[in-house]
Amino acid sequence: MDSKKRTFIQAAAAFLQNAHITGFFTGKIYDGAGKNICVPGLNCYSCPGALSACPIGSLQNAVTAWKFKFPCYVLGLMIFFGAAFGRLICGFLCPFGFLQDLLFKVPVPKKLRSFRGDAQLRYLKYTVLFIMVLILPFAHKFTPVYCKYLCPSGTLSGILLSAADSRLRSLFGWIFTWKAVVLTAVVLTSMAVFRPFCKYLCPLGAFYALFNRVSAVRLKVDGEKCVRCGVCARVCDMAVNPVISPNHPECIRCGQCVRCCPHEAIGFTFASKPIRVKALAENQKKPK
Amino acid sequence: MEKRRNFLTAALLAAAAILMAAGVAMEQNEQVFAKATRVCLECIGIG
Repeated sequence: MDSKKRTFIQAAAAFLQNAHITGFFTGKIYDGAGKNICVPGLNCYSCPGALSACPIGSLQNAVTAWKFKFPCYVLGLMIFFGAAFGRLICGFLCPFGFLQDLLFKVPVPKKLRSFRGDAQLRYLKYTVLFIMVLILPFAHKFTPVYCKYLCPSGTLSGILLSAADSRLRSLFGWIFTWKAVVLTAVVLTSMAVFRPFCKYLCPLGAFYALFNRVSAVRLKVDGEKCVRCGVCARVCDMAVNPVISPNHPECIRCGQCVRCCPHEAIGFTFASKPIRVKALAENQKKPK
Repeated sequence: MEKRRNFLTAALLAAAAILMAAGVAMEQNEQVFAKATRVCLECIGIG
């Protein structure tokens, strides 16, 4: 699969998850049956176009509910997505990941592939998941701390909603200002660093990362074909070496390594059965 | 190793299905629906 096909799938997924077009003009969110289920990616349910619920928002809502019950439904959905696809969801189905991919295409003087402290900073998203999403809401008056203070997808939804409903704009205060700063930082950083929010902050990416090694969709390196030329590691925007760890928690299964392997040694598998091993030589990306 | 991974995947998928069914039985999907059909003021930055 070439990168154009991936971009097409990402665009289609983003559209299908936000196909309530009239919402963008009326400022009213969709209230149909689709909101009984969660989408796999990070897509705020307050987005005027959203047809389904956000898994992280729903999880926060479940843990902050006054009559606490174990969040079976939301957690079941998230485990299902994680066990079936792992971080393939980040690479193909997440609208916010797609937005960051588009921003990374913006030409800037220097693209940062890695920097000092990059590897350590990647653990921050697990802290966000366990502290901000699951623990802090109890300590902070049952407030959905992540959604309220960090989630840039929600801020984007607020901007889109307020564009259609001017009354909302008068309600924005310091929390919105703070969230707008976070969103602006994510947008600007995304132009120089590949998917900074996914790498360092996204609690949903952290959750799916826990399943990357055991998900049904996995990457496999054929040890007989691989000559350890290192092309796959050089082209990986997430700075993963597929030969050492093909199902590393940071791998978003974008397929760049599959496409670029000159020996067709890397391929996707579904429950250990190859999906497509053939590398598209004509679409090979030159190693950096 | 691969067999063990596939077994774990199947076990996780089964656990997920059980959790989802239990959640639906407890009408937790309606809780999701109720939250998702109203504008979430915290999410959009109003608080």
